[in-house]
Amino acid sequence: MNKLIVSSSPHIKSKDSTSRIMLDVLIALLPITVAGAIIFGLEALLVVGICVVSSVLSEFVFNIIVKKEQTVGDFSAAVTGLILALNLPARADAWWQCIIGSVFAIIVVKCLFGGLGCNFANPAATARVFLLISFTGALGGGNAPLYSSSPELVSGATPLEVLTSGGEMPSITDMLLGLRGGAIGETCIVAILIGFIYLVVRRVIHFETPLVFIATVFVLSLIVDNSFYIATYQILSGGLIFAAVFMVTDYVSTPITRSGKMIFAVGCGLITFLIRYYGNYPEGVSFSILLMNILSPYIEKLTSKRPLGGKKA
Amino acid sequence: MLSFKLGKTHVPHRKNTAGMQAVRMSAPNSVLIPMSQHIGAPAVVTVKPGDKVYVGTLIGEAQGYVSSPVHSSVSGVVKKIERFLQSSGRKCDAVLIESDGEMTIDPAIAPPKVTNFDEFSAAVRASGLVGLGGAGFPTAVKLDAEKKGVVRKIIINGAECEPYITSDTRTMLDDTDYIVKGIALLENYLSAEEIVFGIEKNKKECIEKLREVFSTDSKVRVDVMPDTYPQGAEKILIYNTTGLVVPEGALPADVGCVVMNVTSLAFLAKYMETGVPLVEKCLTVDGSAIKNPMNVIAPIGTSVEEIISFTGGYSEEAGKVLYGGPMMGVSMYSTSDPIFKNTNAIVAMNKRDAAPKMQRACIHCGRCVSACPMGLNPTLFAKSMKVEDSAERLDRLTEAKINLCIECGCCSFVCPSSRPLVETNRLAKADVRNLSAKK
Repeated sequence: MNKLIVSSSPHIKSKDSTSRIMLDVLIALLPITVAGAIIFGLEALLVVGICVVSSVLSEFVFNIIVKKEQTVGDFSAAVTGLILALNLPARADAWWQCIIGSVFAIIVVKCLFGGLGCNFANPAATARVFLLISFTGALGGGNAPLYSSSPELVSGATPLEVLTSGGEMPSITDMLLGLRGGAIGETCIVAILIGFIYLVVRRVIHFETPLVFIATVFVLSLIVDNSFYIATYQILSGGLIFAAVFMVTDYVSTPITRSGKMIFAVGCGLITFLIRYYGNYPEGVSFSILLMNILSPYIEKLTSKRPLGGKKA
Repeated sequence: MLSFKLGKTHVPHRKNTAGMQAVRMSAPNSVLIPMSQHIGAPAVVTVKPGDKVYVGTLIGEAQGYVSSPVHSSVSGVVKKIERFLQSSGRKCDAVLIESDGEMTIDPAIAPPKVTNFDEFSAAVRASGLVGLGGAGFPTAVKLDAEKKGVVRKIIINGAECEPYITSDTRTMLDDTDYIVKGIALLENYLSAEEIVFGIEKNKKECIEKLREVFSTDSKVRVDVMPDTYPQGAEKILIYNTTGLVVPEGALPADVGCVVMNVTSLAFLAKYMETGVPLVEKCLTVDGSAIKNPMNVIAPIGTSVEEIISFTGGYSEEAGKVLYGGPMMGVSMYSTSDPIFKNTNAIVAMNKRDAAPKMQRACIHCGRCVSACPMGLNPTLFAKSMKVEDSAERLDRLTEAKINLCIECGCCSFVCPSSRPLVETNRLAKADVRNLSAKK
């Protein structure tokens, strides 16, 4: 007699899958990686390779050691490695720092908290901050692009540093194309926007979360400096737009509700602004994400919907 | 009409059989009729082995207020009374009747005499009608809201939001006359000011046909629902047609509404004309393992296997067979089990579709939260169920409003990690019941 499967409803499932979502993020990051390699040279690809491989390997080995089911197939470790790499300058001589950062992101921030879905902080942002504090000299700033329309600007200084110290800024076109100092993935705004559109079309992220984050920084900067020019450079420089699309929208470490995600984005924008304007570091995006991660559960609770017909408890 | 609608999950429609008029099945060799085919107390068997029965002969008497009588669906001889294992895991009595192949209608059957609401209610009760949309709630009990004088709106559920199922579609197209007569009955005996049909927009023909026949009746309105799931869920339909919200723990009647399935309505009118109780069912047979998807009218109690054979059998080996659609349907232990009053479809899935999906960790993506038509957060239930301390668990589940979950399946459907969310919610509800009882 034919044995039937008996299980709880529903008996069909949407086509969405976790590995497909992670793959979509990887695809969205592809143009940025390519742009990074063109702007900063093949060294950029080396950094990317080191981070991705060591991230995936860390998770693989960790799962073997603690006898957990293998999870590298969900691609999330690869995503973390790639996002971390794109947050770092294209300096292959700092290869061992890249490895430390990746292992830290995967083992300490993710696996020790229970693996995918259980970490409260964004692994890539945490690892970046960790590297920034530990190796300020090597990985703090950015490095120079290979090409630039204004050769005198070819130095390691990032526009944010220039903006803070009052030097001459790269042109808006150079900013959009990414011909400026900075981390591998953060400079080419055009490539980031392609990734953003892809993620929104694939319904991986909500379009409003990055926009709210960017708008918050823009508006605050506009209020304080009363200059359209500076406000525009504020949002175009540093890792702001990259983080807006790929880090502020992280599922695991942000509130689950849509309105909660917006509050999260406003908070990130506010803290980024405060650090950039009044703090000691030129860049505050990673710190802001980390700080808001801590508030996520509370934001989530505050923004939970009232169920249909639900009485107040 | 409200512009904001609840229930936004895009499930596949797969209404392959929408254009197929139902085909009546010939008399089966035997039928097994369980006494529990409704919400409430099972009926009590009134026949014994050897008794001669006809189509429509009472074989089980309603026991208590929330219950429903059960009738023979064939003419023949009672073979035995056996214990039947229901999908809920409980057992109930079931009557096995050997058919004589004649399908002779009980000569004692006559149309009921109805002149007022009490007689109407009694007739509905005697007809054995239960909610044919799937829930199986005794219709007479539902209509008794009239006695309290609270019914202001009647909502006729023609949403049919489950994939595959088209039996309600066929009722709306083929039994339009009976729907008109059914509405006349409701207008006569119930004091509702307004009757609203809620039909998903993918059933254009049905919407047009009903709008045409009711164009002169100012009390009746046909509302078009989005073709997203779950439009047919009672609380969602009430909100989407009237804007009313059924509060936690209350019934539709508490906000002045009665919701009735469109096929239940058509049956009601048929019963008032003929007096033949609920003994047969139109159901959709479809799914990836079915060779010829079609709509079949079969006697209640016919085995699923026999109905599938009648349609032409399987196209490939079935891995899972469901009573009802794939979103809320119940998977059966064995295809030798019978169909019930509230079976509106048999869906047979092939091995590939039936194979369990690989579960991954929750990535907190929020798709379930956006999908839940009730505005719940399914991840909270899953998290709460991991709490070991039972008092704390009860508190958390209650605070997260597990009691409001309608088990529509949206959260599990959209979950990219294939988490068993609805299953967890069912366990959580049972847990809350047990823990509250202990308290």
